[in-house]
Amino acid sequence: MEEAVQFEKSTIPLEEREDIIKVEKLNKWFGDLHVIKDVDLTVKQGEVIVVLGPSGSGKSTFIRTLNALEEFQSGTIEIDGIELTDDLKNVEEIRKETGMVFQQFNLFPHMTIVKNVSLAPIWVRKWKKAKAEKIALSLLERVGIPEQANKFPGQLSGGQQQRVAIARALAMQPKIMLFDEPTSALDPEMVNEVLDVMRNLAESGMTMIVVTHEMGFARQVADRLVLFDKGEVIEMAGPEEFFDNPKHERTKLFLSQIL
Amino acid sequence: MSNDKLQQAVLSNDRLEVTDSPRLRLDKNQSFGRTLRKNLFDGWKNIFLTIVTAVFSILVISQVVNFVLSNSWDVVYIHLRLLMIGQYPLEELWRIWFALYYASFMIGATWGLWKGAAKAVGLTFGTVYLIFAVIPWTTLNTSLNLAACITLIAAGFVIGHKIEKIKVAVLILWALYIPLTLGLIMGFGGLIDPVLSRYWGGWLLTVILASVSIVGCFPLGILLALGRRSSLPVVKYFCIGYIELIRGMPLIMVLFIGQLLIPLFLGGSTGMDNVTRAMIAYTFFAAAYLAEDVRGGLQSIPTGQFEAAQALGLNKIKTTFFIILPQALKAVIPAMVGLFITILKDTSLVAIIGLADFLGTARRISNNPEFLGRYLELYIFVAAFYFVFCYLMAYVSRYLERSLSTDNR
Repeated sequence: MEEAVQFEKSTIPLEEREDIIKVEKLNKWFGDLHVIKDVDLTVKQGEVIVVLGPSGSGKSTFIRTLNALEEFQSGTIEIDGIELTDDLKNVEEIRKETGMVFQQFNLFPHMTIVKNVSLAPIWVRKWKKAKAEKIALSLLERVGIPEQANKFPGQLSGGQQQRVAIARALAMQPKIMLFDEPTSALDPEMVNEVLDVMRNLAESGMTMIVVTHEMGFARQVADRLVLFDKGEVIEMAGPEEFFDNPKHERTKLFLSQIL
Repeated sequence: MSNDKLQQAVLSNDRLEVTDSPRLRLDKNQSFGRTLRKNLFDGWKNIFLTIVTAVFSILVISQVVNFVLSNSWDVVYIHLRLLMIGQYPLEELWRIWFALYYASFMIGATWGLWKGAAKAVGLTFGTVYLIFAVIPWTTLNTSLNLAACITLIAAGFVIGHKIEKIKVAVLILWALYIPLTLGLIMGFGGLIDPVLSRYWGGWLLTVILASVSIVGCFPLGILLALGRRSSLPVVKYFCIGYIELIRGMPLIMVLFIGQLLIPLFLGGSTGMDNVTRAMIAYTFFAAAYLAEDVRGGLQSIPTGQFEAAQALGLNKIKTTFFIILPQALKAVIPAMVGLFITILKDTSLVAIIGLADFLGTARRISNNPEFLGRYLELYIFVAAFYFVFCYLMAYVSRYLERSLSTDNR
């Protein structure tokens, strides 16, 4: 049961690991608006990708296509060997493998914290209630708020809610975690408690794609950074190269505006 | 008008208004006279208003008291049985008593188990029973039965309070309540002799019509509301068509359609009596309105809730059932209870299709030449009875709302 919670950081170097996400020639339109243009991205197991870009650049839309919250019109997405299609079964399989954390937390306000975390394992993974709640409690411990288990989301601070949301996503034992601006809706003093949990998660070997504006976190945790602009991938590089020696003018401009 | 009387009126007036207004709160540290002066007699405007209100209140109260005391209420108590159960045969009365026993015990048990709003329901029922048991013109038999009901509420309370384990059993018994008691009152399956619905009447008929319609329209309304948001065009447009068609018709017309068209569609000899047809009409009518209330609730749920549920791998049915509906229904409790109260009162329209519900019975009695012109007493009694139960529903709804609220920081 413990393996539900613990991840092992792989000792194999990144280059030699298996690909877990393969995106090829992804295109998406909202009506006439071309929001994702020919995006290619391959992610290795245990890799942490930070996606940057100005608002409206398509970065959120991009990670939402990865677990089928958004449709796409052309290209392929393959997650853990499963190709994402319109087929409902297929979509469900992929959603089991990917956890998602939203900007607005989106906890279920009518359920206690422990119910929030254990709901999907009980009804999707078909675990026994006792097992699911036990794992939920150990996850809440991992994100540092076991004492809040029987409260309702409305009684928690934003930072605590977001940590619950992370625990809820982890409870499904996903292989990949997607973070869609997880700290953007938080009061400044609560940002770090969430980033700490994410840093901890990255160190434990979880594959993560994080859309964020937290540059310190990006530099420290990311294996690779991706800059989106107008639906295109402008630059993709490791943190040193990305921050200290970017190839593209657009990246330099972006960094000069944000740093 | 004596000073004493004035003071009394001022006092009663005071008590009516004190509760919600902080300005008028009686302060325990202040002397009574000072509180009075501060709240009611500071400045000439206030003095003027106080006196006007006092005079008006005394006038109204004395008129009401005068009316209650000086009138003979025999028109009500002679017809009390008719008003309550219509022409239900005397020798079958035990069935109705059984239904009341059942309800009393369940209310008591619910009160004991969950406390909360069930307390108000238990106290209201107990009080109504008590009033009917002690008024001098109820028969000994009736008084004893009512006393038994009160005892059952108390017994249910004690059992529910002591034994936590019967929660599930109580819920199951509640779910079975309407089918069981309705079956008993109608008589079913050759086991018990049928009592034809034309003998039902008065409050009994009102309650049967209202409760069956309320319980029936609830699932139907939810399905219609969900259907209206369906991505399948056939389902969606059927639901829209149904809702808009029903909402575009007066209730009376729906009742007539129920009476005339159901036999036409299903063949003349369906054996369906006109009470059943009225029930169906009310259920279908109320379902359309309930669907719109529920739809309002569904629309108030942010898309983030759907997305979070989907991202966790919950499919559409599970998302609806666990995430969306509980929140949507909670959001529209006030609107739904408003609709239920309306249904309870609107059942009085069955008088039009020849059924003798509570109000209809009162009207028929007032047409009795022996009691000509004595309708005021009857209607006051009827109004009071409706009010007590409608207010109880409103109270329970407010309580539910408060107890289900989860965002109290």
